Amino acid sequence: MSLISVRDLAIRFKTDEGLITAVEEVNFDIAPGEVLGLVGESGSGKSVTAKALMRLNGGNTVYGDTSTITLTTDGQPTEVLKLRREKDMEKVRGGAISMIFQEPMASFAPAITVGDQMVEQLLIHTKLSKKDARKLSIEMLGRVGIPAPEKRFDQFAFEFSGGMRQRAMIAMALSTSPKLLIADEPTTALDVTIQAQVIDLMKDLVTEFGMGILFITHDLGVIAQTADRVAVMYLGRIVETGTVRQVIREPRHPYTKGLIDALPKLEDLDSELTPVPGDIPSPLNRPRGCVFHTRCAVARAGHCDRVTPEPRSLPDGHTVACHYAEGLPATEVPA
Amino acid sequence: MSQDPVIEAKDLYVSYPLGRSFFGNKAYLNAVDGISLKIDKGSFFGLVGESGSGKTTLGRALLKAAPISEGEVFYRDGEVSHDLREIEGLALKDYRKRAQLIFQDPYAALSPRMTVRDIIAEPLEVMKLTRNRAETDARVREIAAKCRLNLEHLRRFPHAFSGGQRQRISIARALVSGPRFIVADESVAALDVSIQADVLNLLKQIQRDMGISFLFISHDLSVVAHVCDHVAVMYLGQIVESAPTRSLFARPRHPYTSALLSAIPSLDPDAPKTAEKLEGEIPSPADPPQGCKFHTRCRFARDACKASRPLLREVAPGHMAACHFAEEFDFTRPAAVPATA
Repeated sequence: MSLISVRDLAIRFKTDEGLITAVEEVNFDIAPGEVLGLVGESGSGKSVTAKALMRLNGGNTVYGDTSTITLTTDGQPTEVLKLRREKDMEKVRGGAISMIFQEPMASFAPAITVGDQMVEQLLIHTKLSKKDARKLSIEMLGRVGIPAPEKRFDQFAFEFSGGMRQRAMIAMALSTSPKLLIADEPTTALDVTIQAQVIDLMKDLVTEFGMGILFITHDLGVIAQTADRVAVMYLGRIVETGTVRQVIREPRHPYTKGLIDALPKLEDLDSELTPVPGDIPSPLNRPRGCVFHTRCAVARAGHCDRVTPEPRSLPDGHTVACHYAEGLPATEVPA
Repeated sequence: MSQDPVIEAKDLYVSYPLGRSFFGNKAYLNAVDGISLKIDKGSFFGLVGESGSGKTTLGRALLKAAPISEGEVFYRDGEVSHDLREIEGLALKDYRKRAQLIFQDPYAALSPRMTVRDIIAEPLEVMKLTRNRAETDARVREIAAKCRLNLEHLRRFPHAFSGGQRQRISIARALVSGPRFIVADESVAALDVSIQADVLNLLKQIQRDMGISFLFISHDLSVVAHVCDHVAVMYLGQIVESAPTRSLFARPRHPYTSALLSAIPSLDPDAPKTAEKLEGEIPSPADPPQGCKFHTRCRFARDACKASRPLLREVAPGHMAACHFAEEFDFTRPAAVPATA
């Protein structure tokens, strides 16, 4: 039974320039205790997808008619996209789902102590008394490795270092015991040494609390070390999904391959860095057919620029949306 | 490769006053704390370290954009030489032409109200390097072509460009005055991986084709490993290790470098977990630890490390490290390439 199940998700925004498609035909599931990594470059629709799970996208958002997001907690399904009243949305916003943002400094109110912010959300989402909420908050700060949590509880976010702020953010997100945690680039703003500490912490917490995690990042190394399964997004579509080993060791979509080749690797200093050619097209000007064909080395004129490849399962169990995932047609393979 | 250095710093300090202490003697924060380095002509010199290590301040001091409190910095490109400590007036103007900076964030570094052509032409006009508009245009076009920007691009405004393209515009603007030395401060940090490789290849090409020397500041060791000839590792305002790239990555000699390297998440999901995690965070530069500045986080620290500060010394041919016990450690990296070439 999956914890959250996303089907045929389409997200469009009403703008002065017309309706812009940010995400289309996105499907994924996350089971309790599972970490799904969502990878893609900026503009690929990762954050918009994550925000849809909590209905945090702005007022100009239009979801697809057939789109569904089903959150199942304690055997009770909730149709997230059918929630209408703000009051009902509290169930997914900070209740069953918590979110950790990229920039912890921007996510804490600067003029309210970290402790007061932690207590406030506990009072909204749980039945704890103010005194118990304080106790739990201090305990959580200690659990994520913040020294002297009683003292830190009464400090402001600017008095924390970057790594400590991100830990406090995690403590705050986990204190309501969410079933699903959305981590949107949680380590991007941190130094590698602190990143390694935060990754270890998150792994320990998954084992301990058994929640599902949607881990958004553009860093494939971070994904390799944290995720069970990976979904690769490009221009609003998921182009490849599979277990972390399948996707990283045997990428089948040309975009995934391109991303891996573009990554500087410490094990191989002699290899040339190969960028994915060109730039990501503007969402105002989405390519027809396969969204990736404008930058793809494998793309065949007359096919890839006309027919949108549907995601399909390969024999090894992973799913790819590419006409040529098994290689080029035999007639075209150069000898 | 060893030849004349384009930049030579000797015992350089950049200090900022912290206000007065109780007895009225002034306290200082040494953002750059006694650094000596040489950047060879035409080389790609990498500078790595965590945030707060003083990388950016050092880069700025070498551009005479941060105050030099003590020590000496010389710039020599074969045509002119400048003593950056004393430099002012016309000499400083000349240095501004010869030394340039590429910023981190291509979204913040370009004025939204200027066309790409005007952005690239501005240094020429400000420094009065061209005599008329035709000459300016010719120069802008020549540099734009080197950075793979076409005429169509020059007429547009920055908002029409993606991150990678904007960074190419920033590079073109830095190149237009014909510099011999460029500081690239986290120039690919804000870019997606798919684009990052493109900008790195462009910088390398500029280094090769135009013989420009680079100081490449980055927190990303894998990027530095790929593009730089020589790497210096900074910690709390000091260089703790400095060596040719291959040598540094094949066998780091300083415990800090080794820990930094093992903190990089491996692309292999089954990679053995290294036990070598650095605990805690970089201490405040306003109150640095006594003795070796790294001893509070070093798993090999002994009494000697608390007592005296290790100097940067040659621990293997061409390989400098500031650690009392550098010879005792063997941090050879199993997967690393041999230290040849």
